Amino acid sequence: MSTDIPNETLLDIHRRMVRIRLFEEAAGKMMENGKIPGALHLYVGEEAVASGVMVHLRNTDWVTSTHRGHGHLIAKGGEFDRMMAELFGCATGYNKGKGGSMHICNMELGMLGANGIVGGGPPIAMGAGFSNKFRGTDDVSISFFGDGASNEGSVHEAANMAALYKLPVVFVCENNGYGEYTPQRNHQAIVDVADRAAGYGMPGVVVDGMDAIAVYEAAGQAIARARAGEGPTLLECKTYRFYDHVGVRGMGMTYRTDEELEQWMQRDPIQLMEQRLAEQEILSAEEAQAVHDEIAGQVEAAVEFANSSPMPEPSALLEDVYA
Amino acid sequence: MSEKNMTVAVAEALDQEMDRDPDVFVAGEDVRVGGPFGTDAGLHQKYGDKRVVNTAISELALTGIGVGAAAVGLRPVIEIMIMDFVCVAMDQIVNQMAKMKYMLGGQPTLPIVLTTHAGIDSSSAAQHSGTLEAWFCHVPGLKVVMPSNAYDAKGLLIASIRDDNPVIFISNKRCLQTSTEVPDVPYEVPLGVADVKREGDDVTIVATGRMVIDALEAAEQLAAEGVSAEVIDPRTLSPLDTDTIIRSVQKTNRAVVAQEAVQFCGLGAEIAATISDQAFDFLDAPVKRVGAPFTPVPFAPVLEDIYLPDTKAILAAVREVIPA
Ligand SMILES: Cc1ncc(C[n+]2csc(CCOP(=O)(O)OP(=O)(O)O)c2C)c(N)n1
Ligand SMILES: [Mg+2]
Repeated sequence: MSTDIPNETLLDIHRRMVRIRLFEEAAGKMMENGKIPGALHLYVGEEAVASGVMVHLRNTDWVTSTHRGHGHLIAKGGEFDRMMAELFGCATGYNKGKGGSMHICNMELGMLGANGIVGGGPPIAMGAGFSNKFRGTDDVSISFFGDGASNEGSVHEAANMAALYKLPVVFVCENNGYGEYTPQRNHQAIVDVADRAAGYGMPGVVVDGMDAIAVYEAAGQAIARARAGEGPTLLECKTYRFYDHVGVRGMGMTYRTDEELEQWMQRDPIQLMEQRLAEQEILSAEEAQAVHDEIAGQVEAAVEFANSSPMPEPSALLEDVYA
Repeated sequence: MSEKNMTVAVAEALDQEMDRDPDVFVAGEDVRVGGPFGTDAGLHQKYGDKRVVNTAISELALTGIGVGAAAVGLRPVIEIMIMDFVCVAMDQIVNQMAKMKYMLGGQPTLPIVLTTHAGIDSSSAAQHSGTLEAWFCHVPGLKVVMPSNAYDAKGLLIASIRDDNPVIFISNKRCLQTSTEVPDVPYEVPLGVADVKREGDDVTIVATGRMVIDALEAAEQLAAEGVSAEVIDPRTLSPLDTDTIIRSVQKTNRAVVAQEAVQFCGLGAEIAATISDQAFDFLDAPVKRVGAPFTPVPFAPVLEDIYLPDTKAILAAVREVIPA
C-alpha cells in the first residue's frame, strides 16, 4: 500500500464501502419482504470500485451510473433515507418514486442517473465532459459501465469522441465477468476490455477491482489527467458480483460455479481493506465493527423513513414530462 | 392438444420451426438459458450454439445478424429482450430491414422475425415497460404481429417465420402468463386476419395485446348488465384486417378501441379513423379510445396502477358510447 495516502482518505474509502454493503443487504431484505417492487441489481462485491473512484470527486464532477447503480450513488454521497424511499416507490425518494432502483439519482451530488439501458450512460458522460471543457472548468465526468455494456455501440462511439476532443472523461469498466448470465468469454473475444483503449486513442489501465487502494490510485491518475486537459482514460476494474444478476441469491447458480464465487468472496473488498487498515494500525477490528454498527443504525433508520413515507399523489403521474 | 401458457407456446413454435427448416435459427441475449421470459426454453440443449446464438449485448449488431443472414437466404429469429431496447437497434430495423427490398428494386427477400417482449409488469419503470407497436406499424415494409393468447401466439409465430417478409412479433408480458388450449402439432394462424374473440350486438371493442384480456372481462361484466359487446383482436396490426372491424361496427353501430400503449398517435387512432372513414353512416356515437396517458411509465406501484389502462377504463368508454 502506498504510504502517501492520508489515513482520513483510507478511512473515507472504507466507510463508503461499508455504507454500500449494508444498504444493499438491507435493500435485498426489503425486496424479499415485498417492500421494494421491480428489479433490484445489487452492487455487493463491487464496493471497492465505486468507493475508490468517487473519493476523488467533488459534487461538481458528473457521474453516469448503470442498472446496478445504488453503489455509485452511495459512494458519491447519496443519503440512505431518500434512497430507500425511492426503492420503495415513495414520494420522498430522490426521484419522487417515479424512477426506482434502475433510475435512482440525485443531481445535486453530480449524479446523472442510474440507467435501465445497458450502454445508456457513456454518451451522456461524454456530453457532460464536453460541457466541462466548453465552460473551461476542471471538473471531470465519470462513466461506469459493465463488461457486457462494453459491447454496445454507444460505448465505442462515446469513447471515440471523448478521445478525439480530449474530453475530461474517465470510462470505468466494472468487469465482473458476466453480462446477466453470459460469461465474458461468450460475449467478447478479449480478456481485458482496456485493450480497446488503443483503438480509441486513450490510455487503457487494468486494475484489481477488489482492491480499493489500487482502484483509488489508478482512478487518481486518470482523473488528474482528465482535470489537466489531457483527455480520457479507460480504466478497467476486475471485480465480481456476490449475488445473482437480479436479487439476493448467491450460491447455486447454473451459469457460474459456487467455487468461483467462493474464490472471489475470499477477496471480499471490505475484508481486504479492513485487514490492511488493521495491519497499518489505522483501524482496529473493534473500530471497524463500530463503523459497521453506526452505519447499520443509519440503514435501519432509512428503512423506517421509507416505511413511514407517503406514496406519490395521483397528480404526480402527469408532472415532469416537460419543463 | 393441451393447456399451455403463451411462453410455452412460443417456445414450441420456435422448436417446431427449427426442426422443420434447418435455415431457421434464433439469436439474442441470454437465449442460451432460455431467454428472459423462458420463450427459448430447451432450444439450446436441442440445437446447440450454431442455431441458438447467445449474443453479446449489442442490439444493433444482433439485428444485423438477422438482416444480413436473411438477405442472403437464412431465416433468422432475432430476439430483443425488452421492447424498449429496440431503440438501440432502430437503424437496422427501420432503415435497413424494412426498406431493403423496395430500395433494391425488389432484389432481396428478408424472411426475418424480430421478437420482443412488451408491456407493463410490476414496476419495471420507464425503460422496461414500453409498448411501441405503433412505431413499427408506421413503417412500410414491416409486418407487425401482437398476439393476446397462447393459441394465436404459436400459430402466428409459425406463420411469421414462414413469411418471406420482416415481421415484428410482440409478446405482451402479461399475455405470456395466460393459458389456452394449444395443439401439439405445428399450425399457422394467418397474418393479417383479425379474430372475433366474443360476439355481440351492442358495441364493438377492438383491443390489442393485454387489452384483449381486459376487453373480454369488460364484455362479461357488460353482459350481466344486459349489454352485448363484441370483442375483436386484430392479432396482426400491420397489415390490419379492417374488413372484420368494419363489418362488426356496421352491426353494432358503436366502437371502443383499446390499447396499452400511450394513446396519442397510437394504433387506436388509426383504427378509429378507419371506422370513421369507412363506417361513418353506421355510427351512433363517436369512436372512443382507451390508452395510456402521455407520460413515460412511472415506477411507484400506485402510479403504475393509475397509468395502466384496464377493464374499468374500457367499461367507462363503453358507457360513453352507450347512453344509459
Ligand atoms: C440495451 C439493453 N440491452 C439489454 C438489457 C438487459 N440487461 C440488463 S443488465 C444486463 C447485463 C449487463 O451486463 P454488464 O454491463 O456486464 O453489467 P453487470 O450487470 O454485470 O453489472 C442486460 C443484458 C438492457 N437493460 N438494456
Ligand atoms: Mg458484467
